[in-house]
Amino acid sequence: MMHGTQPAPSDPLLDVQNLVVEYGVGGKIVHAVSGVSLQVARGETLGLVGESGCGKSTLGRAVLQLRQAVSGKVLFDGQDLTAMHGDTLRKMRQRVQLIFQDPIASLNPRRRIGDIIAEPLVIAGIKDPAERRQRVRDALSAVGLDPQLVIGRLPHEFSGGQCQRICIARALVLNPDFVICDEPVSALDVSIRAQILNLLEEMKARYGLTLLFIAHDLAVVKAVSDRVAVMYLGRLCEVGPSEQLFAHPAHPYTALLIEAIPVPDPDVRPAESVPVGEPPSPIAPPSGCRFRTRCPRADARCSSEMPELRAVAPGQFAACHHPLI
Amino acid sequence: MSEGALLSIEDVSVDLPTPRGNLRAVDRVDLTVGAGRTLGVVGESGCGKTMLSRAVLQLLPKKAKLSGRVMFDGKDLVRLPPEKLRKLRGRSLAVVFQDPMTSLNPVLTIGTQLMETLQEHLELDMAAARQRSVDLLAAVGIPAPEQRLMQYPHQLSGGMRQRVAIAIALSCEPKLLIADEPTTALDVTIQAQILDLLAREQRRRHMAMILITHDLGVVAGRTDEVAVMYAGRVVERAPTPALFKKMRMPYTEALLAAIPKIDAAPHASLPAISGRPPDPTRPLPGCSFAPRCRYADARCQTEKPSLSEAESRDHLYACFHPVETAAEVSA
Ligand SMILES: Nc1ncnc2c1ncn2[C@@H]1O[C@H](COP(=O)(O)OP(=O)(O)OP(=O)(O)O)[C@@H](O)[C@H]1O
Ligand SMILES: Nc1ncnc2c1ncn2[C@@H]1O[C@H](COP(=O)(O)OP(=O)(O)O)[C@@H](O)[C@H]1O
Ligand code: SF4
Ligand code: SF4
Ligand SMILES: [Mg+2]
Ligand SMILES: [Mg+2]
Repeated sequence: MMHGTQPAPSDPLLDVQNLVVEYGVGGKIVHAVSGVSLQVARGETLGLVGESGCGKSTLGRAVLQLRQAVSGKVLFDGQDLTAMHGDTLRKMRQRVQLIFQDPIASLNPRRRIGDIIAEPLVIAGIKDPAERRQRVRDALSAVGLDPQLVIGRLPHEFSGGQCQRICIARALVLNPDFVICDEPVSALDVSIRAQILNLLEEMKARYGLTLLFIAHDLAVVKAVSDRVAVMYLGRLCEVGPSEQLFAHPAHPYTALLIEAIPVPDPDVRPAESVPVGEPPSPIAPPSGCRFRTRCPRADARCSSEMPELRAVAPGQFAACHHPLI
Repeated sequence: MSEGALLSIEDVSVDLPTPRGNLRAVDRVDLTVGAGRTLGVVGESGCGKTMLSRAVLQLLPKKAKLSGRVMFDGKDLVRLPPEKLRKLRGRSLAVVFQDPMTSLNPVLTIGTQLMETLQEHLELDMAAARQRSVDLLAAVGIPAPEQRLMQYPHQLSGGMRQRVAIAIALSCEPKLLIADEPTTALDVTIQAQILDLLAREQRRRHMAMILITHDLGVVAGRTDEVAVMYAGRVVERAPTPALFKKMRMPYTEALLAAIPKIDAAPHASLPAISGRPPDPTRPLPGCSFAPRCRYADARCQTEKPSLSEAESRDHLYACFHPVETAAEVSA
């Protein structure tokens, strides 16, 4: 996908504008998301990557209004979710669903699978039990589970991969337009991971979904995403078409992430990694560019001036004073 | 098995009683590690990697039953009296766990923990132990080591904690280090740093290492030999370059194929492995991988393939229809 000089697709389903989300801990402020703007076009999968604690989940939760933003807008289908309340918000939110990292923990251990999946239907006010049963069965079949064998059982009777299928069924039962997948395969084994990634792709096609796919594993993100956004310490570093971004990263942090991926090939000797240390605390993020304390290209300007996202190639944008391309 | 090996795991099985019946976590495993060599053990969760390393360390759950021999440096650890074992662990036999908090004491400072280990095993005096602790923390890449000595584990990030756990493990110059998923809980950038650190210290100290992981990518460039485990057994074993050049066991091949590759095009369908590993309390009569294997035939359902030498002395696999052969037959 090429998007001219604007990072934004022209008619995005999701349009996040300058979002700021903070947490208070012991009188201090955690700057979890600090002015992030991103857009997801209809039918697109946008991958969101970054290290643990960089604010990916917070961003996802703020989009869903599960966490109130300090400032900024979340336009969904043209309407600002941050300005909505009560029933209007609830109706809108049915169009946006969330899948979590830990499939087992996100299912109520005391409820039967059939009831867990029917719950969104109940909340949405679908009163006819026969219709609810039918939709639960359809959703389970869609994710490759036999409704007959599954409906009456409890979550602990299932493996992690099966629980993730159940979570996906629950997310799809209301026929949403948009699904936020927050590290949906991080807790799963390699052999199961591929099954779930394939399933998500299948569901996307079948239900005509738009996806925000959050993960810390770049190869996983690349496997499913049209475009990828890279986040560091609460800010976006780079966003661009997947292939372009991986072939020609512009931001030094993107390059570092790509370099750090272990390659299953003994002829590719792992590069002795540059001693780049660890991310600083989001309580006191560095001035200027937040990546500067680990960046091999940092200079004086990087500590005084915050870099803005600028076009570096068609559709590719990086927030860096000294981009690699 | 082989002479001159530092560690030789001989026909080791671990059985655990469970409400569902006996669970064979490790099934007749034979492995050796030579001095200064690195062995990678790869397998998915539940395949028995941790139980195998705990069998070597003699740190199994109380109700576990171990059979076989674990020869380390000329001694059978299974038959070693507890106080001799305790002396060995932390001195010549060290371990790093996935969760560094498993080996760190939350109520003691980093310095106290390091110095205690050093004083216990090396009989250093206070000043010498302190100096050595500072050197060790510096060696594992911890900035301002003097100040870190006064800190508690919870005041450090996950990556820093793992560095401290590695410093403690290395403190008495062990002959063998067992690293059980040392980077699984860490981010990919920190993972690379920790793996580099382990590789560097392993070479520098000419120490043997067992690197346990579920990620074939982690062992690829960092081990001399790889053992792949499935359902408690070693199903393929080979020198690392040989294994990646020619995987013979269908499970190893499928495992590698299922990993998303960074150079693959977006939206390419992944060759997933169908189903999941068998219930370890309900062992199958035939090959444990048979229900998921695309080469399986009638014999695989009823007969268990043993791990045997194939084309070379070093490359072993447990399969009736090793990858290339099966392809030739069907072609
Ligand atoms: N409820 C909370 N109270 C205080 N701080 C929080 C809270 N939730 C998250 N944070 C902090 O906000 C920052 C961003 O957290 P977030 O969970 O969004 O990151 P993430 O990228 O999803 O990380 P992970 O991969 O570990 O889940 C982190 O520094 C985190 O410690
Ligand atoms: N304390 C225990 N009691 C009973 N079963 C256990 C115990 N610990 C592990 N197991 C079982 O033993 C098998 C192997 O476990 P483990 O060695 O931890 O595998 P891995 O480290 O590869 O994840 C699994 O089926 C697991 O459920
Ligand atoms: S702005 Fe400066 S510190 Fe930030 S990524 Fe670019 S070169 Fe590095
Ligand atoms: S023995 Fe049979 S089932 Fe087992 S891996 Fe080989 S071909 Fe597959
Ligand atoms: Mg998260
Ligand atoms: Mg384990």
